[in-house]
Amino acid sequence: METKFEIEKLNLYYGTFQALKEIDMSIYGNKITALIGPSGCGKSTFLRTLNRMNDLIQGVKIDGLIKFDNQDIYGKDYDLIELRKKVGMVFQKPNPFPKTIYENIVYGPKIHGEKNKSTLDHIVERTLKEVALWEEVKDRLHKPALGLSGGQQQRLCIARCLAVEPEVILMDEPTSALDPVATSKIEGLLEELAVKYTIVIVTHNMQQAGRVSDYTSFFLNGKVIETDKTEVIFSNPANKKTEDYITGRFG
Amino acid sequence: MKTYEKIIEKLILICAVTATISVALITLFIFKSGLPVLADYGVFNFIFGTTWSPTNGSYGIFPLIAGTLSVTLGALVIGIPTGIACAVFLAEILPKRWAKAFKSAIELLAGIPSVVYGFFGLVVLVPAIRNFVLPIYKIFHPDASATGFSILAGAVILAIMILPTIVSISENSIAAVPREYKEASLALGANKMETIVRILIPAAKSGILSSIILGMGRAIGETMAVLLITGNMAKVPNGILDPVATLTGTIAMEMGYASPTHQQALFAVGIILFIIIMLLNIFAQLSMRGMGGSTR
Amino acid sequence: MKQQKELKNIKNTKNVIFYGLIGVLAAVTLASLIIIIGYILVNGMTHINFEFLTQDPKRMGKEGGIFSVIIGTLMVTSVGILIATPIGIAAAIYFTEYSKGGKGVYLIRFFTEILAGIPSIIFGLFGFAFFVIFMGMGWSVLSGGLTLAIMVLPTLIRATEESLKTVPMSYREGSLSLGATKWQTIVRVILPCCRPGILTGLILGIGRAIGETAAVMLTVGGSLRLPTSVFDSTRTMAVHLYVLAAEGLSMEKTYATAALLIFIVLLINTSANLISNKLGGNNGNEI
Repeated sequence: METKFEIEKLNLYYGTFQALKEIDMSIYGNKITALIGPSGCGKSTFLRTLNRMNDLIQGVKIDGLIKFDNQDIYGKDYDLIELRKKVGMVFQKPNPFPKTIYENIVYGPKIHGEKNKSTLDHIVERTLKEVALWEEVKDRLHKPALGLSGGQQQRLCIARCLAVEPEVILMDEPTSALDPVATSKIEGLLEELAVKYTIVIVTHNMQQAGRVSDYTSFFLNGKVIETDKTEVIFSNPANKKTEDYITGRFG
Repeated sequence: MKTYEKIIEKLILICAVTATISVALITLFIFKSGLPVLADYGVFNFIFGTTWSPTNGSYGIFPLIAGTLSVTLGALVIGIPTGIACAVFLAEILPKRWAKAFKSAIELLAGIPSVVYGFFGLVVLVPAIRNFVLPIYKIFHPDASATGFSILAGAVILAIMILPTIVSISENSIAAVPREYKEASLALGANKMETIVRILIPAAKSGILSSIILGMGRAIGETMAVLLITGNMAKVPNGILDPVATLTGTIAMEMGYASPTHQQALFAVGIILFIIIMLLNIFAQLSMRGMGGSTR
Repeated sequence: MKQQKELKNIKNTKNVIFYGLIGVLAAVTLASLIIIIGYILVNGMTHINFEFLTQDPKRMGKEGGIFSVIIGTLMVTSVGILIATPIGIAAAIYFTEYSKGGKGVYLIRFFTEILAGIPSIIFGLFGFAFFVIFMGMGWSVLSGGLTLAIMVLPTLIRATEESLKTVPMSYREGSLSLGATKWQTIVRVILPCCRPGILTGLILGIGRAIGETAAVMLTVGGSLRLPTSVFDSTRTMAVHLYVLAAEGLSMEKTYATAALLIFIVLLINTSANLISNKLGGNNGNEI
């Protein structure tokens, strides 16, 4: 099994507050890894270190090592743009740009230099099919994306992310703003996507983690308490705290 | 790609400091051009000299300062109560829908060019003062005479011109007073008027104060309107119907035909004006900051 | 019981006076706006005709029209806005997207605010000393345009900044997460969302530039000839209005010029208002 990310002794500080403490973890290729834990435990912060989105926040300091395909992504010569191309992200709230559906999807390929119209058309069709949105929107590709429903918007955002052909997709509670029907559609998608992509998903919904993921990591107060195969975490956790959380005793 | 982004960031930084560089250049060139006269003539003589007669080499700007101050004070006396009343009316009394329309009307006032205000004052206000105010004034001062070009005319027009500044900033700061204050006062059985006078206005006072300072700065710096209606007589005034010359008006009027030394003297007037305005602005800026930006 | 009633009466009287006073003052404010605009438009509009708009002034403006003055106004304003717009937008981008706080940025912001408070006559003096004399541009469209550019800069910066601030952070994150650079994100996602806000600032800047008198008078000069290049002296409508009013050459032409000026400025400000009300509110929901 291929290791995509190798995280060693990762610490992250917001000013003087330490949000992540001594994180060690491996994330495997073509698997779905779920990060669970009570809110404020650092799981989203951790996710955002993987494509360096925390760089946007002022006063963030990081030490430790994150290796992606065996390269240190915080290393001096590492190309941030390349990293983000390979490690895409889907956010908590659907955030399509205020452009057309078509423009949203070709945004990524265009900034990376793709100009050929038929290639772009092809990308739009392929990615929309991958997220099972093609049939719903193929007649209104040039209508504003903000006219779509919340669930459709989120699938569009996943398609937009796929359009730059990433290897990894980071998902930050992608269904928390959606209704149950939209949620189940996206969950259904994850399994198919995992054939081609590596997925890391943050969720506050334990059932979701149980349903969709291969591996689960339990975060508490900025630390990783336990990482294991999902069925192990949910049936036979090694740590008492994990068991308490799983069985709903806190959080 | 990286270097391209770096260059753009540098260019943008240059644009961001353009305003700052402009302030520096403005300061430098005003002072450079005016200081020789201040040095030769003496700062004290310049500020407190009572004769402004540049063609004869007398550069005492006291009459100009008196002119500017009297017009500005007059404008504030009229403008402050009116402005605060409008702000209260907007924030607390008028229904939201109407308040928006009223606000746009006041914004329109701010957009009218000052030379148009001056022209209006010239054709309406000055004759009105001559024909209606003077006769009343004469009841108390029988031997008064006036053309209508006066402190009063300048003050009224300036008051209208500074209203938008006072109203919009005061209104914002009254609207920014936490609802709880108002509710607490009403819950204690105070009526709306008492709440406005005793709770809202005191709570918004720093915003109202900065609006007044900014309005004052605008009044002192205003040129074209006062130039057309205050009469431009460089004499210390005795009453509100007397003509005066202001710092700004004198610069604008005499710059066109001034000899080199005279020009320097006008730049020196500019220095004094600049210093007054800068102090007021810095004070207003600091007091706005003091409010924690809540009224922006 | 009686005392309470008396207290109530006093309170009522006070209330009436209080609300009456506020109402009267607000009404006076509104009335002064209507009277000023109405008076000038009513008296001036009748004298505006085809001839007035298309002929050059004759005998110092006593007769003829104001064609060369209109052209002069357009040229000076265009130069000012063309120079100020890119700088203003870029400065706003710096403040909202690039600056990371700190003393330096605080100072730059502080001086930008200060610039907004400097009176126009000081700009005039500066423009005269710097552009006209020191840079040797003489009284010209260029000197005036540059002076105006500095004057309207704060307006543009503020409007653009306000607009940039309303763009949701999630758009920036979305774009960056796709591997876009910061500049690509700004140009392709953020600025398109801000078009209405920037346009409003631009229009307000144009309004201010057109109405400006003192600064223009000292930097552009007062030539009534049709300017042929940016190095020519010319006269703007505002300056023309001042000269006509101060010298009492022709009441008819003065009213006409004032009416035209106020009409243009009102048109500009109203459209700015409409744009910011219509589009500014849902900034970013539509392109």
